[in-house]
Amino acid sequence: MFFRSRAPVLIPVRMSCLLSFKLSVFSTVLLLLCTRFVCCNNGRRVGDALDAEFSGFSVPLEHSFEVDDVAKFRVRGALVLKAGREPSVSLSQNQLSEEDRTKLKEVAAVDGLYRIRVPRVFLQADRQTERQMEGYLTAFVRACAMVESHLSDVIALHTDVSGYLIGVSIVTFPGACRGTEVEDEVDLEVFNTTLSIMAPVNAPGPETALFLERMEQELERKGKNPQEQKSFFAKYWMYIVPLVLFLMMSGAQDQSGGGAGGGAANGGGR
Amino acid sequence: MAKLILLHFILALLCFFADAVFEDQVGKFDWRQQYVGKVRFAHFDMHVQSSKKVLVATEKNVFASLNTRTGEVYWRHVDKTGPEGNIDALLMHGQDAVLVVGNGRLLRSWDINIGGLNWEIVLDSGSFQSACFVGQQDSVKYVAVLKKSAVSLHYLSNGHQKWVENLPESETVQYQAVYSGGNGEVYTLGVVPHSHITIVAYSVEDGEIIKQISVDAPWLSNIQASCAVVGQGMLICADPATVSLYMLDLNVQSQMTQIPLQSLGLEVSPGFQPTVVSTQPNPARPPHSEFFVQLGPDHYQLLQLNNGQIVALRDFKPAMLVSFATTGEKTVAAVMAPKNKTACSLNLFSAESGRRLLDTTLIFNMDPNGGKPEKLYVQAFLKKDDSVGYRVMVQTEDHTLTFIQQPGRVMWTREEALSDVVTMEMVDLPLTGTQAELEGEFGKKADGLLSMVLKRLSSQLILLQAWIAHLWKLFYDARKPRSQVKNDVTIENLSRDEFNLQKMMVMVTASGKLFGIDSKTGTILWRHYLDNIPSNAAFKLMVQRTTAHFPHPPQCTLLIKDKDTGLATLHVFNPIFGRKSHITPPALPQPILQSLLLPLMDQDYAKVLLLVDDQYKVSAFPSTKNVLQQLQEMASSIFFYLVDSSQGRLSGYRLRTDLSTEMIWEVIIPTEVQRIVSVKGKRPNEHVHSQGRVMGDRSVLYKYLNPNLLAVVTESTDLHQERSFVGILLIDGVTGRIIHEAVQRKARGPVHLVHSENWVVYEYWSTKSRRNEFSVLELYEGMELYNSTVFSSLDRPHPPQVLQQSYIFPSSISTLEATLTEKGITSRHLLVGLPSGAILSLPKMFLDPRRPEIVSEQSREENLIPYSPEMPIRTEWFINYNQTVSRVRGIYTAPSGLESTCLVVAYGLDIYQTRVYPSKQFDVLKDDYDYMLISSVLFALFFATMISKRLAEVKLLNRAWR
Repeated sequence: MFFRSRAPVLIPVRMSCLLSFKLSVFSTVLLLLCTRFVCCNNGRRVGDALDAEFSGFSVPLEHSFEVDDVAKFRVRGALVLKAGREPSVSLSQNQLSEEDRTKLKEVAAVDGLYRIRVPRVFLQADRQTERQMEGYLTAFVRACAMVESHLSDVIALHTDVSGYLIGVSIVTFPGACRGTEVEDEVDLEVFNTTLSIMAPVNAPGPETALFLERMEQELERKGKNPQEQKSFFAKYWMYIVPLVLFLMMSGAQDQSGGGAGGGAANGGGR
Repeated sequence: MAKLILLHFILALLCFFADAVFEDQVGKFDWRQQYVGKVRFAHFDMHVQSSKKVLVATEKNVFASLNTRTGEVYWRHVDKTGPEGNIDALLMHGQDAVLVVGNGRLLRSWDINIGGLNWEIVLDSGSFQSACFVGQQDSVKYVAVLKKSAVSLHYLSNGHQKWVENLPESETVQYQAVYSGGNGEVYTLGVVPHSHITIVAYSVEDGEIIKQISVDAPWLSNIQASCAVVGQGMLICADPATVSLYMLDLNVQSQMTQIPLQSLGLEVSPGFQPTVVSTQPNPARPPHSEFFVQLGPDHYQLLQLNNGQIVALRDFKPAMLVSFATTGEKTVAAVMAPKNKTACSLNLFSAESGRRLLDTTLIFNMDPNGGKPEKLYVQAFLKKDDSVGYRVMVQTEDHTLTFIQQPGRVMWTREEALSDVVTMEMVDLPLTGTQAELEGEFGKKADGLLSMVLKRLSSQLILLQAWIAHLWKLFYDARKPRSQVKNDVTIENLSRDEFNLQKMMVMVTASGKLFGIDSKTGTILWRHYLDNIPSNAAFKLMVQRTTAHFPHPPQCTLLIKDKDTGLATLHVFNPIFGRKSHITPPALPQPILQSLLLPLMDQDYAKVLLLVDDQYKVSAFPSTKNVLQQLQEMASSIFFYLVDSSQGRLSGYRLRTDLSTEMIWEVIIPTEVQRIVSVKGKRPNEHVHSQGRVMGDRSVLYKYLNPNLLAVVTESTDLHQERSFVGILLIDGVTGRIIHEAVQRKARGPVHLVHSENWVVYEYWSTKSRRNEFSVLELYEGMELYNSTVFSSLDRPHPPQVLQQSYIFPSSISTLEATLTEKGITSRHLLVGLPSGAILSLPKMFLDPRRPEIVSEQSREENLIPYSPEMPIRTEWFINYNQTVSRVRGIYTAPSGLESTCLVVAYGLDIYQTRVYPSKQFDVLKDDYDYMLISSVLFALFFATMISKRLAEVKLLNRAWR
């Protein structure tokens, strides 16, 4: 039995718990500061980006960060996917509103999660209706990592061989939660997202062709150089024979009972 | 020139990988046990009076001959697995055993003395129904095989077909039985359910239909289940509806005569289907006219057919099992009746009269940890005084065979459940009494200085005593020849050895029987049969508490899950003694999706087991207050994943403080394209010693050692050889991040996978090149570590570098595992179970994606083997030399107390245990180490220095005087 349909495994994870406590202290201070700033939202709507280009099509990228950790997804931006031999992706996203910024900090303070999700899509389909599939792919980072990295995240979309989106991943850079304060509000306004779409790589098979080529080259080289052609023994017999003889003699003398063998060897020597 | 010498040096180095055993080491560190499986048919060899053979055909498609004196296997033939090798029938006559194999595909005859094949023929297609010998004038010459639509007759001497005849009206009539009474006719019995019986008689000579009878029998649906031929061709059937027997003379066309059982003074247990058991000891003669009718689960009646009249001979109640046996001209009936709760008594009865034979009582003691008796095989023989003696082989529900001699001496038992091991664990043995005493000293709370000192002194006194006793024993044993020194292992004298090489193997078998086996000798130390195990159960064995926490007993938990309903039960037991623990496991009313053993421990040092039910609620076992508090503190860092392969869904969850869960990531692999076949994490008890690899230029390439990494294998749904592929995904089990995604094109399963350290090795079938290929993936962080102190899945933003290389493997494989050692310093080997029964120990060094295609100075510095596409199989790499392990299904590896040594258990039909030394025994002196030489040299040197010192002193003194 190779596989059980719900294979159990244990995943131990080390995370700092102290850190979150420290963060909560910092963020209360931050909250007071926040109130003085006036938020400038440029007000670009996501819907504008939804007008699909000729070959690309757009799906929403949603995010959720709640203090009570119950996911409530809202639109963060729009992913424009271009199907084809080499699929490409681009992202247009809004700035974070002031309300969201404070909330994100609050969530970070309680060591909550920042989740994102994208709908399941099939890139290679021709029609829009075929592209969308039921269900979402979700991923998360710790909200504090999001805050401390000043919203610079790396999102990767993974497809399978036939162009189905199978997974999404998000990491922030830097990824650690050190409890550093983010004072400047501007740092939490604009997402600095690096986006990529990844198809599976082809695993290599055994490299027979190259190996054979190399073998042939070696043979050729040996053919050119007659010195090399000689075998190891042919070249070094003058060293090996005395060595072997010496070993045999010493071995024969070592064995107290092996007189007969030793005698024969000695006789041969004479 | 230097290059060449180096190359030769490398070659020589490779040769040193050979770790074959020496001849005198055979059987010293390893043992093998051969099994045959659950017995389906068994026949005693009766053609010689003093024969010691019993022939068995089993559900594992094995045909074997067992020694009735010792229970050992004389010879064994292992056929293909699955329905292709299924043994449908076993007939025995004289020296020949005739087998019908593979739903009537093959007919084989074996010589039972040497186990050689007499002949084999391929039968015409058609599903097999029944087979019997056909005899004439007291000699058996033919075998008749009944298929769904044809009956054929074959010569017993060479298997050639004498004739084959189509059965009349085979579309409507279900032919189910074939019978011959030795009168030159072959009868085939067919039934149209709930309508009538059809009987066709063929002439043995030419297959001509002699007669064809159709008799109304609206109550009959299955001949095999409820009918038997008794006496001179009288078909007797039992009908539960009317509670009566029906009789039909096959020779004379007539109606069926109904005989109400009541008229014989018999009663059937309500709801029980009565069955008829008859005996035909010689196929050339008609069956005996005595027969049994089973009237209830523990009620049998011996009846006799006398001139067309049924006479009741004897009533057996209670009787668990009955069986006929014949020796010479005497036929006896053996009846097993319960005696008390733990024992059964067997008695012989004369078949003709129903009288009990004197001095034939045999007591069968039932193992309280075993199952109920299921089948009875009787070997009857004539004693010198012409009375009948007998031995019995009892098969119990737990697949155990017990061979008993009068008056109840168990000659041997065979635990055939061990032919189907599902999962196993190795548990350290407990400390000896003295060691435990010392441990106990630290365990107790301090109570005053003086008493502590006294306690320390007393425990050290005990240690001294034990040491002296040990020395004495060593001295005493040393004088005896080695062969006489026998250490019988019993459960009482079990204790850990110096290097922890001897362990307790806890094995879980598919039948639901648990075994505790001593790893050093293979002795079964305890067994425990769990009844009420569903037939499609999945097992997971977990060691909750090891032996390290004296005085708390070690504790294992077995999770038994019904695959259909998902409902699970827990069995908690002590792995050393096999006893069920007094701790009551929690009842699990909900189907269980996932179980995980946390490294958290409760105050009694038992690891916490978390069970996730289908409502995604988590329950803990043990669930004490202490545990729940710890769980609440740790909740935010406990993650787990679920796999639903039917929907292609992998999802990650996080534990909340109230023991509910929340989904945090989800990856969906569309099932239209590929399906998930296996998900493997790393073994939790694995240690990695070095964090990186030193390169040729003295820089370090750091390994990506993610303990939460999962390797997911998928296979394409499209099986066309051009389009099929095998996908491999590396997913972080905490964040759901896809670390690597690769596709092996033009490849097909079955995929075998090992995931360890920073590498994944998998094997697949290449459809393009039609060969097996190995592929290895290694993950590296790069030249610098991101965070060298601790690994967190949540904080590793850089994806690792992935290197991959593939090789051709010249054989298909059955199973794959990696060696495991205490500290992970020893180099790793892969243990490959081959279908040939060999276990190959393949150095991981050969599966290294950094093997260079072009040899450079640096790669040589690193000791990398130049790339060659083909992986060699060297016979000296076979760790089991000639001890082949049939049908290897799994290999279990466990570290021992010695860093160099890894314990290996391979299980399948056989069980093989050995030790492997992947880097040779660098921490152990060799067996043939010359202690005498080294000590005499030491002593000589010591005395020489003493003497020379003295001489030097004298010389100095003399010089001073001068």
